[in-house]
Amino acid sequence: MGVGIEVKNLNAWYGSNHTLQDISLHIPANHATALIGPSGCGKSTFVRCLNRMHETNPIARVTGTVRIGDRDIYEEAKPVEIRRRVGMVFQRPNPFPTMSIYDNVAAGLKLNGYSNRRALDEIVERSLRNSALWDEVKDDLKKKSGASLSGGQQQRLCIARALAVDPEVLLMDEPASALDPVSTSKIEDLIFQLKEQYTIVIVTHNMQQAARVAENTGFFLNGRLVEFEATHKIFTNPSDKRTEDYITGRFG
Amino acid sequence: MISTRFPIRSRLRAVADHAVTGLAVLATLLVVTPLLTIFGYLLYKGASSLNLAFFTKVPAPVGELGGGMANAIVGSAIMLGIASLMGVPIGIGAGVYLAEFGRGTKLAHAVRFTADVLNGVPSIVMGLAIYALIVVPQHHFSGFAGGVALGIMMIPTVCRTTEEMLLMVPHAVREAALGLGVPNWRSVLSITVRTASPGIITGCMLAFARVAGETAPLLFTALGNNYWSTSLNQPISALPLQIYVYALSPYDDWHRLAWAGALVLIVLIVLAVSLVRFVTSRGVLKGTS
Repeated sequence: MGVGIEVKNLNAWYGSNHTLQDISLHIPANHATALIGPSGCGKSTFVRCLNRMHETNPIARVTGTVRIGDRDIYEEAKPVEIRRRVGMVFQRPNPFPTMSIYDNVAAGLKLNGYSNRRALDEIVERSLRNSALWDEVKDDLKKKSGASLSGGQQQRLCIARALAVDPEVLLMDEPASALDPVSTSKIEDLIFQLKEQYTIVIVTHNMQQAARVAENTGFFLNGRLVEFEATHKIFTNPSDKRTEDYITGRFG
Repeated sequence: MISTRFPIRSRLRAVADHAVTGLAVLATLLVVTPLLTIFGYLLYKGASSLNLAFFTKVPAPVGELGGGMANAIVGSAIMLGIASLMGVPIGIGAGVYLAEFGRGTKLAHAVRFTADVLNGVPSIVMGLAIYALIVVPQHHFSGFAGGVALGIMMIPTVCRTTEEMLLMVPHAVREAALGLGVPNWRSVLSITVRTASPGIITGCMLAFARVAGETAPLLFTALGNNYWSTSLNQPISALPLQIYVYALSPYDDWHRLAWAGALVLIVLIVLAVSLVRFVTSRGVLKGTS
């Protein structure tokens, strides 16, 4: 089951660049939450703070609190542990090129020392079914490399890989921006099914996409959270002038 | 005027296209020609001296005909084995450190600089160094000293190619592993090194093939041996050494054996490299880039 996320006074820096300023918001469990905003507004940095990927860059720094479920991820846990509970799907599909489809999905478990064959088989199948890829790859699981799939299939493979470690939250950083419309709609359908089991945070450049998949939407601008509202409210009746300007296409 | 300019442009483009293609083909031929010439010449000079005795007998005493290089082939294999056991793990380990853990540190700069200098050290100097460090204290020449000399020569090539290959692994692949909650060291070993492994293996093969033909570092370390010996504590023969001795001799028979030895050396290197390629390419999946 998914868990909620409570963010308070989150600040993040790249070197001397203050990329996130005082972000506070509540992301409800088992909902999809979309983050929109122009390039460089901090929305990607924000999701990278939710699984402590931000700090893998040596010049990066974070302050503030992020509670996922009942734990403060910066105070009470190690980064690797957090990243197992908070899965991530990246902008460009990034399967492990030398691994088979099966090994790609099993990678998170295998690399953390999990080796029960039969259980792995089940998890791989379930994850691939959950990411709507099973029927397309079930005959080539161990024969084909993850890199041999099409872009859309690769992205669903990456989703399966993230699901296999059984996270509570799934972060998606523009998961469809490198995909064609058919693959994009498959990913969106997937998000609908996945939010029954996971809490989903999706960064997107595509406002229609945010409107289609998310119950709540946050608008970021210049490192600040300008507005965070129910999606229908933000797209029909935004309370901030800047949000309105952005969603009506006046800038960004 | 566009309609008249266009055909000229396109003709120019066709000429340029042919010129560049022609130059590339020419360059390719220039690369292949010396290799084929050397191989053909070795076959011409050496193949006639190849027989069973060459692979099973030790060198015949001066004045007697016949004899072979069995001891040299085995000696080369033993020393290359020692060299690879030493050069490959140390080289890969250092390369992994440079690319993954030590990026930007002073130690990494020092290691990289040392590796580059080591790469430029003439092989005869390497032989002298090992002579001073191992042969002199032990009071005897040995196969071990020869293997160490070759192993040290392998390190910089293996180290630097490993580093370069690891740096070519896309950042996205590393992030994918970290994003799954895989600890960094595990991600480096199981993901990054594995992704770069075809290139790393090529680097190891290059280093291996290079030292397999080295004579100079063995002159004061392995020394050479006309008799059968596989002991690491004794002077040991090696193909390049035997070729060197035979080629400098005044006897026609030995000259022919030297050619045969050179032919065998090249064929064995090609076989060893092909074998490693075959073994490491098994199980490679369809569509792996």
